[in-house]
Amino acid sequence: MAINLKQIAGMEAAYVKGHRMCAGCGVAVFVRELFIASKTAGVDVVIANATGCLEVTSSVYPESAWKYPWLHVAFENAPAAISGVERAYYALKAKGKIKDDRKVKFVAIGGDGASFDIGLQSLSGALERGHNILYIAYDNEAYMNTGYQRSSATPLYADTTTAPFGKKIPGKTQTRKDLFAIAVAHGIPYAATVSIYHWNDLITKIQKALTVEGPTFILSLTPCIPGWNMPVGDAVSLAKAAVETGYWPLVEYENGVYKWSSANPKQLKPIEEFLASQKRFAKLLKNPELLEKFKQDVISNYEKYKKLCGVA
Amino acid sequence: MLKVDKEIVSFSINPGGYAKGGTSLENKTGGWRSFRPVLNKEKCVNCMICWLNCPDDSIVVKDGQMLGFDYDYCKGCSLCSNVCPTKAISMVPEV
Amino acid sequence: MSDGVVSKVSVVRKALTGAQAAAEVMRQVEPDVVAAYPITPQTPIVQEFAQFVADGLVNTEMIQVESEHSALSAVVGAAMSGARAMTATSSQGLALMWEVVAIASSMRLPIVMNIVNRAISAPLNIHCDHSDAMAIRDLGWIMLFSENPQEVYHNNIVAFRIGEHPDVFLPVAVNQDGFITSHCVEAVDVFEDSFVKNFVGEYKAPYNILDFDNPISAGEWAMPSHYFEFRVDMKKAMDRSVGVIEKVFEEFYKETGVKMDFFEAYKTEDAEIVFVVMNSTAGTIRYVVDKLREKGKKVGVIKVRVYRPFVVEKFLELIPSAKFIAVMDRALSIGTTGSPLYQDITSGLFANKRIVLVNDYIYGLGGRDFTDDDAYEMYEHAEYSLKEGISGQIVYVGLNPNLLGR
Repeated sequence: MAINLKQIAGMEAAYVKGHRMCAGCGVAVFVRELFIASKTAGVDVVIANATGCLEVTSSVYPESAWKYPWLHVAFENAPAAISGVERAYYALKAKGKIKDDRKVKFVAIGGDGASFDIGLQSLSGALERGHNILYIAYDNEAYMNTGYQRSSATPLYADTTTAPFGKKIPGKTQTRKDLFAIAVAHGIPYAATVSIYHWNDLITKIQKALTVEGPTFILSLTPCIPGWNMPVGDAVSLAKAAVETGYWPLVEYENGVYKWSSANPKQLKPIEEFLASQKRFAKLLKNPELLEKFKQDVISNYEKYKKLCGVA
Repeated sequence: MLKVDKEIVSFSINPGGYAKGGTSLENKTGGWRSFRPVLNKEKCVNCMICWLNCPDDSIVVKDGQMLGFDYDYCKGCSLCSNVCPTKAISMVPEV
Repeated sequence: MSDGVVSKVSVVRKALTGAQAAAEVMRQVEPDVVAAYPITPQTPIVQEFAQFVADGLVNTEMIQVESEHSALSAVVGAAMSGARAMTATSSQGLALMWEVVAIASSMRLPIVMNIVNRAISAPLNIHCDHSDAMAIRDLGWIMLFSENPQEVYHNNIVAFRIGEHPDVFLPVAVNQDGFITSHCVEAVDVFEDSFVKNFVGEYKAPYNILDFDNPISAGEWAMPSHYFEFRVDMKKAMDRSVGVIEKVFEEFYKETGVKMDFFEAYKTEDAEIVFVVMNSTAGTIRYVVDKLREKGKKVGVIKVRVYRPFVVEKFLELIPSAKFIAVMDRALSIGTTGSPLYQDITSGLFANKRIVLVNDYIYGLGGRDFTDDDAYEMYEHAEYSLKEGISGQIVYVGLNPNLLGR
């Protein structure tokens, strides 16, 4: 289902303006692309949103930016809540209380804090049970809503408010948790990583994740202006640099087979192109030794996924 | 006088705190802006990349033509200007 | 049980545990969604119900979640989607789901949850007390307590009508004592399925997120400009539930001949000393009251059936002659003047300008046995306190003397 931007431009937004997300927010761009995917795929969605910046900025009573059914319960339980919605839908449909024949996918969405950390158990449970859900982790690599604290998705040596880059400890000293691998290990039929710059790749993957029956998983890199401490207006260009430097490999996993996305670069650009404008890496960039370790971590992750995809 | 519990019957709020979808249109965010995007029509090729990427759905499009910006909501983030392949959008300070 | 009213409903007497009695109502009501997680002593409820699902006896989607937090979260999601949804838990499970317990009531979702009362850790203990339920008492749930499996059965039936009433829209917790009630078999009069189905009726959700043509957003964030009103709004719903409970009990009585009340008084009309008790211990106390009455003691007992809302005015009407109240708390509030039931009663007495002596008798924590001998001892202490004008004492019943320090 290829997208012709000119044909769809101007279509009614399902995530409407007036929301209170930061100017230039990468998550807002992602949500826009999510809805383009759902509308062009002809799939209606119900969204369970974990507590986080997307949730609070879009649902200030008595207003809401969402034009699809939407619910928020708490931080760690969006996958459990959507499980209940999904089973309720099929129960009521079986009893003839819901009559429509629309195609529906039940979507839970949470940031990296909700997905990698506090909600990991709930996510695992929902994936294991095999609900007809799509789980989306919008990954901005820290707890941004509470002010840029370290999560298990925070990259090595990044400067966050709870793992600050100090004189003794150089920020986060652990590597990112590989949530994609964890999701895939549940034996789900479809999973993919996406980046907001590569919109065609992103929309095609989400269309697939919405149409495949059963639990599917999308991991999206969504730059955060204040958290990454980067120039306003650079969310999309940094998402682009993340892919072009190999920081964020684009992959798919479908029925047991990994696939290397064609949007991945032929030749990797220097990692500095991704790091340079982000002040969370300012101190790392001044430390050649640590920077080398950081590069090794990026490359080993990149090579790991290349290998899984059978790409030389 | 302060309200005593017994005097209160109900409130005009939605029980449980639900809201009607799409109502954030009530909240105009144009006041956040310190720079405003300006379109150079001659350079614009109507590729719609700005429309795709605008976090605030503030690119005004009709019949495949980029017409300008919805300044009621545009937060002035400059994302459109940055992603524009023909550099048709410039950011100018708000006065 | 029938008190002049002849029931039109046909009844089958079955041998059921309290857990099975709860599962029996679940079978008869056939909720759309049940999500649950095993925990002692609640487990037999969901096991029994899972068997009904597996055997095709009920048309219910059952979600075997990975924790109690997820159990109630899934039930909240289902209830928001227009489904009648249930769960059950105990102790640590209730503690784990506490966050969502508060959310379920604040979102005004009329979920019915069985709580099989058990002590909370530490030390780990799987036996009965009421500490688990007491930790959610102010969160906006209607709370019914059950003396025996029969009451578990009745409470579960009326729970739907109360919580789902449009004037209320609040969740309901049906409590029973862990093991003592949940695992002990008693004779339970079970109504015909069609009666239960008709009495409970069709579920109409307060709102439904699954309307794609008119989408709503549920579980919003409220600024200081609105949050206060939402809390008071929930409180008003709890207030309105009093009238709804009265009507539902009345209708239940007319249909079945079964009388239920907020507080169930036994020989309190002329009683000078009144025990107040919840759940299974009520039977022991009634027995002891009878024995003491034989000796000419003016004593009675009140069993709390509806703990939230706690309508203290109704309580006070039942004790016109009381000079001393022996409140029995199967939970211990630490760091204040007395435990939950004691606080509810003493504050109610004070606010209504009734002067009665009151002691708080703490018993049965962590499944400590409570026997008729304990009840006599408690009575002796109450009689002595009344004579000496003692009030406001926290008194422990059944402490092990060998473990007392110097």
